[in-house]
Amino acid sequence: MPEINCYVNGELKNICVDYGETLLMMLRNRLGLTGVKKGCEVGECGACTVLVDGKPVTSCIYLALWVDGKNVLTVEGLTASGELSSLQQSFVEEGAVQCGFCIPGFLMSAYALLKKKKHPTETEIRNGIAGNFCRCTGYENIIRAIKNVNQTSTKAKLP
Amino acid sequence: MFNIKEHFSATSINETIRLLQDYPGAKLIAGGTDLLVKMRKASPKCPVSLISLREIVELSQIYLTETGNLSIGATVTFDEICNNELILEKMPFLAQVAATIGGPQLRNMATVGGNLCSGAPSADSAPALLALDARLELIGPQGKRLLDVKEFFLGPFQVDLRDNEILSCIIIPLSSERALGGYYYKYSMRNAMDIATLSCASVCEIDAKNCLKSVRIALGTAAPTPIRCFKAERFAEGQQFSKELLERVALIAQSEAKPRSSWRASKEYRLHLVKVLVARTLKQAYLNAGGVI
Repeated sequence: MPEINCYVNGELKNICVDYGETLLMMLRNRLGLTGVKKGCEVGECGACTVLVDGKPVTSCIYLALWVDGKNVLTVEGLTASGELSSLQQSFVEEGAVQCGFCIPGFLMSAYALLKKKKHPTETEIRNGIAGNFCRCTGYENIIRAIKNVNQTSTKAKLP
Repeated sequence: MFNIKEHFSATSINETIRLLQDYPGAKLIAGGTDLLVKMRKASPKCPVSLISLREIVELSQIYLTETGNLSIGATVTFDEICNNELILEKMPFLAQVAATIGGPQLRNMATVGGNLCSGAPSADSAPALLALDARLELIGPQGKRLLDVKEFFLGPFQVDLRDNEILSCIIIPLSSERALGGYYYKYSMRNAMDIATLSCASVCEIDAKNCLKSVRIALGTAAPTPIRCFKAERFAEGQQFSKELLERVALIAQSEAKPRSSWRASKEYRLHLVKVLVARTLKQAYLNAGGVI
């Protein structure tokens, strides 16, 4: 079994993986990062989205071997402290979360988008999350959450 | 878990060819977005040996050749094509095409070589490369050969990639004289994450008299392979741009298409789409080349 070295959420990891093991399996089963969700397993739904060297990939069709020498960021790594990041807080405030299963994937795609462009247009947001599916929300709240995260909110804060 | 017997990370083209010869039946992998999905659906009892091209630096380069042509390595991802400065400067049309593939995650993983070598009639990179008269550099135990992309597609999912051969790069001739305009339209059910129902790439230049020159029109999912519409191109060559010209060119292209009916669309609807998309893309290519309406 080959051994790989990679950074996961800022921590250096030295892991033995199987040839046929996906990054999704490695993150969930070996590292206990169950925030990364298993959806379609064929790279179409985006629920398994994580960032590799800052770029969103569908970890279900990304071999664990390939992450050797790279930096992986999962939803668990969005904040160091365990509190919600401003992006996550925006999702909560805008009602973007229903069952929640798609949300980690959306957060990773949105995080990558906002790193490239702090104030994306609605079209850019729609294109940036085009690889993530949601069956519950109808997307409007998710889009608004991403749009509003860097705006100063004039709404009353939730209690 | 995929049933992967061995995974070789080749570090050079020569090593890859040796591995292909030493391990018959081994599969080449780059992005894996086609192969791993196929393996997911295949029987888990069939172990597969993989030869990864991901570490081969020569395959991932985008540069201008000595003769001033654009070379795009086989393992360049679509996201890289979308954002590459040289491509945006010399052939922004390719960036426009690359942006139509899949979604952000897939574009970070999928490679142009993998897309082309799939031989899918709907492969999004095919119509554009056909319209640009691209040449493919193929390397095998017998050495290197340069193949016109027009000759590459042999049938649905069949390409002229011989035993133990790999696609190393795609060479796109650049005209230094006139501005080239190109446009690709991918008609699909969804705006992203979908396979083309029908697609069309048109490319042209315009001369001093505002006439169409070097017109090339290619279609995807309109025949058993991606095709060029040679009769339509010959008709358009040298003509003044007009709405009537577009309609006539589109009708001729329609006669060259051989689409089939599938669950996505009927043959009749695809023929209709050919007419609409040839006119639409040729018009936009003309505008992109600097043409005035």
